[in-house]
Amino acid sequence: MCGIAGIIHRDGTSTPGDIGNEMTKMLQAMKHRGPDSSGFALYGPPDDMLVMRIKLADPNETRDYGWSDRLERHRNEIEARLAKLGAVIDAVRGDQEYSFRVRFRYTGELKPLADYVEDVPGCEVLSLGHSLEIVKDLSDAESVAERYRLAGFTGTHAIGHVRMATESDVDISGAHPYWAYPFSDIAVVHNGQLTNYHQWKRRLERIGHRFQSECDSEIIAVYLAQKMDDGLTLETAMKQSLDELDGVFTYLVVTGDELGVAKDEMAAKPLVLYESPELVALASEEVAIRAVIGHEIDTYDPYERQVLVWHR
Amino acid sequence: MKISYDARGLAEPHARAPETAVIEGEGAGRRAVFDAADLSTRQINLELRRLVYAEGITDVTIRNPGAKHSVAVGILARCRITIDGSLGYFGCGLIDGPEIRVTGRVGWSVAENMMSGVLLIEKNAGSLTAAALRGGDVVVRGDVGARTGIDQKGGTILVGGDAGLLTGFMMQRGRQIICGNVGSGLGDSMYDGAIYVGGKIASLGVDCVEAELTAADDEFLARKLRIYGMHPNVTFRKFVCGQKLWNYDNLEPAERKLVL
Repeated sequence: MCGIAGIIHRDGTSTPGDIGNEMTKMLQAMKHRGPDSSGFALYGPPDDMLVMRIKLADPNETRDYGWSDRLERHRNEIEARLAKLGAVIDAVRGDQEYSFRVRFRYTGELKPLADYVEDVPGCEVLSLGHSLEIVKDLSDAESVAERYRLAGFTGTHAIGHVRMATESDVDISGAHPYWAYPFSDIAVVHNGQLTNYHQWKRRLERIGHRFQSECDSEIIAVYLAQKMDDGLTLETAMKQSLDELDGVFTYLVVTGDELGVAKDEMAAKPLVLYESPELVALASEEVAIRAVIGHEIDTYDPYERQVLVWHR
Repeated sequence: MKISYDARGLAEPHARAPETAVIEGEGAGRRAVFDAADLSTRQINLELRRLVYAEGITDVTIRNPGAKHSVAVGILARCRITIDGSLGYFGCGLIDGPEIRVTGRVGWSVAENMMSGVLLIEKNAGSLTAAALRGGDVVVRGDVGARTGIDQKGGTILVGGDAGLLTGFMMQRGRQIICGNVGSGLGDSMYDGAIYVGGKIASLGVDCVEAELTAADDEFLARKLRIYGMHPNVTFRKFVCGQKLWNYDNLEPAERKLVL
C-alpha cells in the first residue's frame, strides 16, 4: 500500500516552513498505510556547503561483539576519505550509532566522492546535496523524527513516505525516499510497483549508475535525474516517464527548488491535492493534509497521466 | 505529541458510543447534532447508530468529519444524515435507505454497494465512486476520479462536473449521467445499462457504442436533473453496450479474444 506526502512553501525562501514537524504529522496520520519504515527528504535553506547523510549499517542486522567498534572505525574512515578528496569538514553529527550526518565544503565531482565513501563496507550514502537531507529508518514517523531530532528542521519543501514492504526487505536500504545518486539535491518517493524495473536498472547501470537496493522505486530518482542532466526540464522528464515506466505509480519528486507529482495512466494509486497561495500539500490520504492545515479546505484528485510541478 | 487516531477504526474493539450528541425537538421532529473532531471512526459510527437505531432519530448532523475513512457505513434505515465537511475513503458504503448530504468532498470508493436512498456530494469525489452500486441515486456536484460506477448493478449516478478514465467500467445495469467531459475508455466492457454524457469523450472503451437518444431518455434526464436542481447547458449523448462481448456460451477464452 504505502503512503506518500509532500509539502512546499511557495515563499519558503524568505520565511522557512516548519517542514520537520509538518512532514512528521502528515506521515503519522497515514501510519496505517505502512508501519514498516518512515522516511523524510527535507530541504533546508540553500547553502554553499554540502550535507551528506550516511548509513553505516542496518539497525536490524545481527550485531556481534565488534559491531560498535567497527562502525566507529568506518565513520572515522569516511571522514578520512572525505578529507583525502579535498573536502573540508565543518560539522559531524551522529544521531544513531549506525548513521550520521556530515557537513563539508567541497567543489569537485560528486560521484567519485560518493563512490569512495560507499566503498567502506556496509556504508550507504543516503543523500548528498546543498539543501537536501534524507532521513529514513524503521518504525513510524514520530519515532524516526524523535530519533533524528527533526522537530526543529525548517526549510522550503519536503516529501515523505511510510512503507508497507511488498517488493523487498524491511530495512533502511528498502526505505524511501531515494536520493538520485550521484545527482545532488534530487529525491523521490513512490507508491506503486514498476514492472519494467529490471530493464531500466540495466540501462542505467550500463551508463555507470549504481543501485543500492532491490527496490523498484530507486530507479525513478536516477532515471529522472539522468534526464535532467541530459538537459530536460523536470516536467518534461516526468512526462516521458509516463510512457517509459510500466506499472502502477504515483510518485513525488523534489529538486532544490521544485516539487513534482506524476500519476500513471491507470490512475491506480490515490493522491489528494491541496493548493493555496502560501503552500501546496499533497498526500495519499486527505487526513494527512488535514493534519497540518487547521482550517476547512477544498481538495481534489489529480487525474491519470497528470504531471504537476510547483516551485518554491 | 502522539497522534492516537487510527484511521482504520480497527484498534478499538471495546469502543462505546460517546453519547455527545445534542438532541433538539420533540417526537418525530427530533434532530441530533454531534461533533466528530475528537472522535475516532468507530466512535462516530457508534454514535450515529445509537441516534438512528436506539433513539429513532431521523435527522442527524455530523460536524467536523475531518476526512476520516469509513464514516456512515452500513446504515439500513430511512433517515436524513448531513455530513458537514469532507470524508476520506469508503464513506457511506453499504447504505440502504438513508438520504445523506455531504457538504464537502469525498475520497475513493464512496457509496460502495449502496442499496437504496440518496447520497448527495456538494464538491468533488475520488475514484471508484459508487462502485457496485445496486440502487438509489448518487449525486456528485463536482468532478469524480477514475472508474466511476465500476461494476454498477443498478441505481443512478449523476456527476455535475468531469469524470476520469474507465467511467462505467464493467457496469451491468443502471444509469450514469455525466454533465462534463469523460476520460478515456468510457463504458469499457459494460454489460448493460446506459451512460449519458454531456461533454467531450476522450475515447470509448471496448464494446461501448453510441445509441440514439429517445424521448424516454430525454424525459428521464430532465426528471433526474430537476430533482437535484442541476441545469447543465449541454446536449446529452447516450452510450450503451455493443453486445459484441455477449458470449454467454461455451467459447474458449482464446476464441473470445478474437471479438476484441
